[in-house]
Amino acid sequence: MTFRLSRRLAVPLSAVAALSLALTACGGTTKEDTANQNTAAPTNSGSAAADPNAPLKEGLKIAYLPKQLNNPYTDVEVGGGKVAVGEIKGEYKLVGPNDASASSQVSYINTLIQQQQDVIVVAANDPNAVCPSLNQARKADIKVVTFDSDAAKTCRDAFINQATTQGIGESLVKMASDLAGGSGEIAVLSATPNATNQNSWIEVMKTELAKPENAKLKLVKIAYGNDDDQKSFTEAQGLLQSFPNLKVIVSPTTVGIAAASRYVSASSYKGKVAITGLGLPNQMRKYVKDGTVKKFALWNPADIGYLAAYAGAALKSGQITGAQGEKFKAGKLGEYTVGADGEIVLGPPTEFTATNIDQFDF
Amino acid sequence: MSTDSSVAEERSVGIPGRLANWNVAIIAVTVVVLIVAAATVQNFATSQNFGFLVLDLLPIALVALPMTLVIVTGEIDLSVASTLGLSSAVMGYLWNANQPIETIIPLCLLLGALLGAVNGFFVTVLGLPSLAVTIGTLALYRGLAFVVLGDGAVADFPAVYTDWVTGTIAGTSIPNVLIIIVVLAAVFGVILHATPIGRAVFAVGASDQAARFAGVRPGRLKFWLYVVSGLVAGLAGVLWTLRYSSARADNGAGLELAVVAAVLLGGVSIFGGKGALPGVIAGVVLLASLQNALRLSDVSNEALNVVTGVLLIVSVLAPNLANAVRSSVQRRRHRSDPLQGHRPERAQP
Repeated sequence: MTFRLSRRLAVPLSAVAALSLALTACGGTTKEDTANQNTAAPTNSGSAAADPNAPLKEGLKIAYLPKQLNNPYTDVEVGGGKVAVGEIKGEYKLVGPNDASASSQVSYINTLIQQQQDVIVVAANDPNAVCPSLNQARKADIKVVTFDSDAAKTCRDAFINQATTQGIGESLVKMASDLAGGSGEIAVLSATPNATNQNSWIEVMKTELAKPENAKLKLVKIAYGNDDDQKSFTEAQGLLQSFPNLKVIVSPTTVGIAAASRYVSASSYKGKVAITGLGLPNQMRKYVKDGTVKKFALWNPADIGYLAAYAGAALKSGQITGAQGEKFKAGKLGEYTVGADGEIVLGPPTEFTATNIDQFDF
Repeated sequence: MSTDSSVAEERSVGIPGRLANWNVAIIAVTVVVLIVAAATVQNFATSQNFGFLVLDLLPIALVALPMTLVIVTGEIDLSVASTLGLSSAVMGYLWNANQPIETIIPLCLLLGALLGAVNGFFVTVLGLPSLAVTIGTLALYRGLAFVVLGDGAVADFPAVYTDWVTGTIAGTSIPNVLIIIVVLAAVFGVILHATPIGRAVFAVGASDQAARFAGVRPGRLKFWLYVVSGLVAGLAGVLWTLRYSSARADNGAGLELAVVAAVLLGGVSIFGGKGALPGVIAGVVLLASLQNALRLSDVSNEALNVVTGVLLIVSVLAPNLANAVRSSVQRRRHRSDPLQGHRPERAQP
């Protein structure tokens, strides 16, 4: 079979090329043009004044839209939300896609708009793709609270930040200092050398360690386990062999802390060298029970969902508008203040020890 | 499948005959579903929900149009969703490279056409089975999309364009993109049902060999259908990107299955030769409005998938059952027809 594509294709091809060139010559809309126009994005906050004494409305319809359903971590988060919605006598609803795609979330947001919910609590799969729908929701007087993964600032009323970089770094140093008894050698077992989160936490740790109260603590090495179980295991082994006086290994990654604990629990270092950092209670339970790990930390996912419900209710009741400095009460978690850009920080990470670890299942 | 005589019968009846069967049924079912949903599902029959519904079915409706023609010729194009994704990724890449959007959009359409031409080349020039070829390019194009854009997303497209795609015609609640759907549906409908090209499409689907004897060049026809399929998928990629204001390599992943489902539900035979565009449009609307209505009634995602699956099985089963019934009726009637044995035999594909 033969094709004489050249001539047939030549006409449309050249037409497209000519058209493109013509349009380019006229100066089309480019990224730079748009960037200049889009700088002044309107925000809704401040349009109405907040009334901190407004009563919390009852019967609020609060819908949770996580990144995807049937994820154990997410289940704990929205579980906390369900408790809070019950406390404020609202109607709790959980919807979400089975795939973590932005487009399927948009369909769900549209559905929630139609159902005239009062608050949408959403973890955005794509900060921008959900934006037009979220803004449509806000036009329909629905308050939008994001958690886990923020949407663009211009399309939500508040963001529940699980922990600040500063808070985590401080908490890591505090645990290390407690475990080392205030003085001695410590080492860090991190993820990859260019992991953004870990590096920013380590930076905070360094500033904390430079303070006079931590002068006796000495950071001897930062090792990288690449968030790979086997590599983290051998790196932990290497740290203990190279630094015989090491008192604490701080691992700000769930993979690293579990691998280091596994090594130490089966070695002669058990009881002599402490392991701490950020870990998942279910992964760390046995090392806490066998005494390898005295304490470690992580934010409590149930509290994230819990706080989001109270923030949403406070927004809808007019107690806050999402502007910096406004205060509201979040049930058992106490009083919160809205930070810059509508961010509400959950607080310092929860510390897990032998006494409380059995209360957590995630 | 059906017996020779029933196919011959249907052929002689032509388009009105085909429309009378499954097409009328699927359109009727769609209308009933819409009425029931409007009456029973709260907030279904609002102008805002109509807008959401149209936006949700936009990419499926567009891609289903050329897909109908491709499937009627007896081939398939499973690479459409990946073509959409690659078009979206390239759009984001060029936008980041500070190209004007007025250049990017035609380039993305051209890219879609080229990707379609690659499929067409393998299927028609090298004679490879289209199922295998387009499963291959499904993976290939999606992979290329990730090469182009990685895991990132490009978001800051000009508001004039994104607002147009999500907006409505001034003063009405008719979504702008409905214009695109209606115009393209009309164009494809006329081509398939009222031009020599359309007749050639049906002829090739019924029998490649016979079509060739009748002066149709099946290879060339199929090649251009793949080009058009790619072109429309490229357009769908552009519209998807603007609708979500987000160019991503994983845009539209899995969409090909929804498209094929809608086309089959619309009464197009997966074996080629049979089908009509009104039924396909009804299939698209039926699937999308069922999903929309069930979601509004808080039916879980898993149940949604079950409903879609059952519908698809029914859509494949029902016409075959109808055919079986019809041919048995005809057999009985033809027993007293002395000319029965003298009808020309159709060449089997």
